Amino acid sequence: MTVLTDPPKESFRLSMLINDKRYRSLTFQAIALILLIMAISYLASNLMANLAAAGLNISYDFLGDPAGYDINQTLISYNSQSPHLQAAWVGIINTLLVAVLGCVTATILGVFAGVLRLSNNWLVRKLMSGYVEIFRNIPVLIWILIFYGVITVSLPGARIYLGEDPERALTLGMFAFTNRGIYVPAPLWGPGSMIVVGTFIASIVAVFAYRSYAKKLLFDTGRLLPTGWPSLLILVVPTILAFFVMGQPIGLDMPDPLANRFNLRGGIQIGAPLIALWLALSVYTGAFIAENVRAGILAVSKGQTEAAAALGLRPGRIMNLVVLPQALRVIIPPLISQYLNITKNSSLAIAVGYADITATLGGITLNQTGRAIECVLLLMLFYLIISLSISAVMNVYNNAMQLKER
Amino acid sequence: MSEAHAHSVAFVRESALPPAPPPVTEAGVIGWMRQNLFATWANALLTIAAIYFIYLLLTATLPWILGGIWAADSLAECRDILEGRSAACFAVLAERWNQLLFGFKYPDEYYWRPGIAFILLFVAAAPVLFFDLPRKLLIFTAIYPFLAYWLIWGGTIWSPAFAALGFVAGYVIFDVYGKHNFAAGFFGGIVAALVVWWLSGYLMSAEGSTLFSGPGLIANALGAAAALVAYLLLRKNTEPIIAVGSALLLFVVWWAVIAPALMFRIALLLGIAIADGGASAITLSDIGVLEPVQSRDMGGFMLNMILGVVCVSLSLPLGIALAMGRQSSMPLIRWISVVFIEFIRGVPLITLLFVANVVLAYFLPPGTTFDLILRVIIMITMFASAYIAEVIRGGLAALPKGQYEAANSLGLDYAQAMRLIILPQALKISIPGIVNVSVGLFKDTTLVSIITMFDLVGMIRGPILASTDWNGVYWELFSFAAVLFFITCYGISQYSQWLERRLATDHR
Amino acid sequence: MKKSVFLGALTVAGLAAGAAAAGTLDDVKARGTLNCGVTTGLVGFAAPDANGVWQGFDVGVCRAVAAAVLGDANAVEFVPTTGKTRFTALASGEIDMLARNTTWTFSRDVDLKFEFIGTNYYDGQGFMVPKALGVSSAKELDGATVCIQTGTTTELNLADFFRKNNISYEPVPIETSAEGQQQYLAGACDTYTTDASGLASLRAAFEKPGDHVILPEIISKEPLGPLVRHGDNEWGDTVRWTLNALIAAEEMGITSANVTEMSAKAGDSPEVNRLLGTEGNLGEMLGLDADWATKAIMAGGNYGEIFEKNIGENTPIGLARGLNAQWTDGGLLYSPPFR
Repeated sequence: MTVLTDPPKESFRLSMLINDKRYRSLTFQAIALILLIMAISYLASNLMANLAAAGLNISYDFLGDPAGYDINQTLISYNSQSPHLQAAWVGIINTLLVAVLGCVTATILGVFAGVLRLSNNWLVRKLMSGYVEIFRNIPVLIWILIFYGVITVSLPGARIYLGEDPERALTLGMFAFTNRGIYVPAPLWGPGSMIVVGTFIASIVAVFAYRSYAKKLLFDTGRLLPTGWPSLLILVVPTILAFFVMGQPIGLDMPDPLANRFNLRGGIQIGAPLIALWLALSVYTGAFIAENVRAGILAVSKGQTEAAAALGLRPGRIMNLVVLPQALRVIIPPLISQYLNITKNSSLAIAVGYADITATLGGITLNQTGRAIECVLLLMLFYLIISLSISAVMNVYNNAMQLKER
Repeated sequence: MSEAHAHSVAFVRESALPPAPPPVTEAGVIGWMRQNLFATWANALLTIAAIYFIYLLLTATLPWILGGIWAADSLAECRDILEGRSAACFAVLAERWNQLLFGFKYPDEYYWRPGIAFILLFVAAAPVLFFDLPRKLLIFTAIYPFLAYWLIWGGTIWSPAFAALGFVAGYVIFDVYGKHNFAAGFFGGIVAALVVWWLSGYLMSAEGSTLFSGPGLIANALGAAAALVAYLLLRKNTEPIIAVGSALLLFVVWWAVIAPALMFRIALLLGIAIADGGASAITLSDIGVLEPVQSRDMGGFMLNMILGVVCVSLSLPLGIALAMGRQSSMPLIRWISVVFIEFIRGVPLITLLFVANVVLAYFLPPGTTFDLILRVIIMITMFASAYIAEVIRGGLAALPKGQYEAANSLGLDYAQAMRLIILPQALKISIPGIVNVSVGLFKDTTLVSIITMFDLVGMIRGPILASTDWNGVYWELFSFAAVLFFITCYGISQYSQWLERRLATDHR
Repeated sequence: MKKSVFLGALTVAGLAAGAAAAGTLDDVKARGTLNCGVTTGLVGFAAPDANGVWQGFDVGVCRAVAAAVLGDANAVEFVPTTGKTRFTALASGEIDMLARNTTWTFSRDVDLKFEFIGTNYYDGQGFMVPKALGVSSAKELDGATVCIQTGTTTELNLADFFRKNNISYEPVPIETSAEGQQQYLAGACDTYTTDASGLASLRAAFEKPGDHVILPEIISKEPLGPLVRHGDNEWGDTVRWTLNALIAAEEMGITSANVTEMSAKAGDSPEVNRLLGTEGNLGEMLGLDADWATKAIMAGGNYGEIFEKNIGENTPIGLARGLNAQWTDGGLLYSPPFR
């Protein structure tokens, strides 16, 4: 008694837009699109109305006008007559500078603390977890302000280094530590210095070549070549030879205590705001990285360590050859987000007067020109580009690491 | 065996030796130290270095802290008392603690209000944080936001009460219809909430409140009670919709027909003149009024707490929606979510605060001004929701695919599957991550000091350090701020670790 | 629930939001309070005291306007603003007027669309240096490290001054004056530059004010004045003439002590009578009560009294009247006539 009927002929009815699963998603998306367009046009029309009412317009012409203000820490040429755009570039480079410096030191500090947190020395373990907890649980803004305060109060003013008979001589004749910043000698590039630099770069390549050769030899024949001192030799000797052969083309520009009555002149000045920001970001993020490193190491199963120990590897080598390479796979992804955090937190430079992009474009330029919308948009765009590119680069690396997993 | 030996060997021990104590070097304090502090030469050096470091730290800070001055009126007086010694001047904390905690404009006679709100916060948060507590406590959690708003901001209790009523109405409708048809329940709930808010807006207005003047209030309360009784009676026997409908009908009839007459009677009874609708008598908005406090008078650590708690709670639902949007099969929804999340995560919070501070005003209808605190709450909520969305997405991704398939095979639709199967599990795995995001967000609330809000850090950098009495007191103030944040954040992160351990055992 | 949460927030917002339609004067009257933008804390000009009550010279102007419009000197909501936020706050209607040491410049008036309603303090940018440094002129500051508060015209003046004199300097941008003071006292900068009044206010707070000198060069003109939004002339007039009333009151010898007596009945001087509302209808023209000026003067006294109380020579700030004396005393204060 089975009656087979043809399935009813599909005909599109309006109700299918809601009841039929195939069309419902289209309905939802259409509604979402309409809402989105409505929201955007609402905001845009408000913007237009407000701007019209205030007699303002959106224009980026101000970027070409002279900025009119000076910046103390610049890596590219800049003076008060440079356009706002140049000031923005100074800010961008300063942001990148502190972010890169911060990433490097935070990583070193984090790996160091993370490994020591697993040390079998009770006191060191406790000390390191104290470090991690204290720095992780207090806002980074407070840390930046505290570090800046410490530098300002604990280091002396520049004046005690100055004059014919200074209260304090330069450390080693070339370094000065003041609350305005640290003065270090700057290299002077004479003719032929490029050859020395070229030699140095070639030496670095040679060191890597030697190391990979040693590794290959180890795997092929089992002979263990020393790598420590030969690397150092390759790195240093040719460069020194080239330096003297070319007649010492690279000199040092020492900080000069006599040139000016207020400040040391010459050399490179690493400003106190940069140092404060750099240190604070490093130790703050270092605490987070330490936790990631610890988690990564703990994620490597204990059997691996025991197996390596059974093979007769020394503890240091176990860590370097067996545990860390495996732990890296776990550590890298959170590390990426920590690097992103450093870059984003560097925007707090504004609190200590370091001339990063937030302080130049989003700070003084915004104040002087009153172009709030334009400045904030550019600022967001910059951070967005940086963030997306860092995560893109690191994702590629991350994928390369992941491929080895079976 | 023992027999043979007993004769062939001169001496056989017949009882076990009591275990000898381990050598002094391996037991007790010394043994512990050998194992944990001086296991190897390198370790011993490390220990000594660590001890030296701790010694330096303590000698530098302890005399400063212990010798601190607690009673003085200004830094100058502190310096006089210290006579050149280096020690802390905690007198600034003793004098300005209230400003540090509540901001400089919160009326000091009302400090108890945020105080109570803060204590109740623990009660409200407890059932969310600890699963073992009875679920009924969640009702208080639901009431808490409205209660806290009323306590902190003051004003009439009716605005938060009606706002809550709107949510309740929405929830009731959702509960009734949502089981069968999610969309109907969801949108019906929204409509119900809107209707309640609109009605309450009318009631709160001048003409509305005369209607609800003292006697009227009593009359209508009776009506509401009658409606409630009707609902409770009908609920058992009929469809819920009929019960709700008839209760509502009863109330409306009461309100329109019976209440005016009753009102008159009550007014006569109480001897209140009914002239101008009884407006001279107590009106609705006169009951449950606390002295209102302006948003911009909030400050100090209280502001950090408000921003932290409000933004995290608001960002949770948003974050869940975004995470589901990002996992959605509809490309447009997915793309909107992805763009939103990645945009927000790509920019620092400070730029978003700049937006709140200097740009947002241009995007609102001309002439509208929002409180700065509200603008900041909107931006921080958006910020937090993007991060929470990523955490929840992790939780969603971590669920075995079988769960999704099982839900589908039971014939559950998307809303049911999400609500009943997927989200409860995904959220549970995400809790530690959410807590970490919350701690980070709470710390980030200090950034509002950069846009002239007087939170704890803003109070320190602004009014207190700028005052003639106390300028120059940096370490004491910043240490105080650091300690407050440390206690709070360390507490929360300890909870998170406890939770992680607990959840871990559940899975094994 | 995403939507309803948002709507809930909007409802709450709706309770807090106030519409700032064309007529600021009507808005202020309807609201019952004046929203006045001030600094985040500059002792003498605008800073909350230990009880959280705002005090200062700029605050005095706000209170006078509130008294004139609303009859209550305390009906002011002080909104702290920074150099960055002050203009947006005014443009967006968050504040009704800005009294925050803001320099009257061409571009602010014309390009940013604000209206400066007068000058309440004639100032100029100066330098403060430690005495021990032995500097007697700003032109000797070649190579010095200079602390500047950001977000002001100060940076631009400074850059111009050093460029004009062909000398170099290292700027140290500072966010708050408290931090500037920390830097300066620790020797992290050789000199601190801001408006001369600000320097005096800062120096007053030092432990040993005598160890620091303010250099004689004033490198800029800084007419500081309250400002309102462009295009709302009625409100602009109200604020402008309240300020003028304070200045004129000093010129005519009306003080907070004798204003009650003088306004009780018409006196001999017709201009005093017109100002105090015992004659003519100036208040009505402004859309205010007849005794608007009386209430403004009662709020904190005339210009001279406000000056003396907050920043005058008997206060820790210790500013001399200088340019800010009445024109009759050789200063620049000159109120247009009340007629």
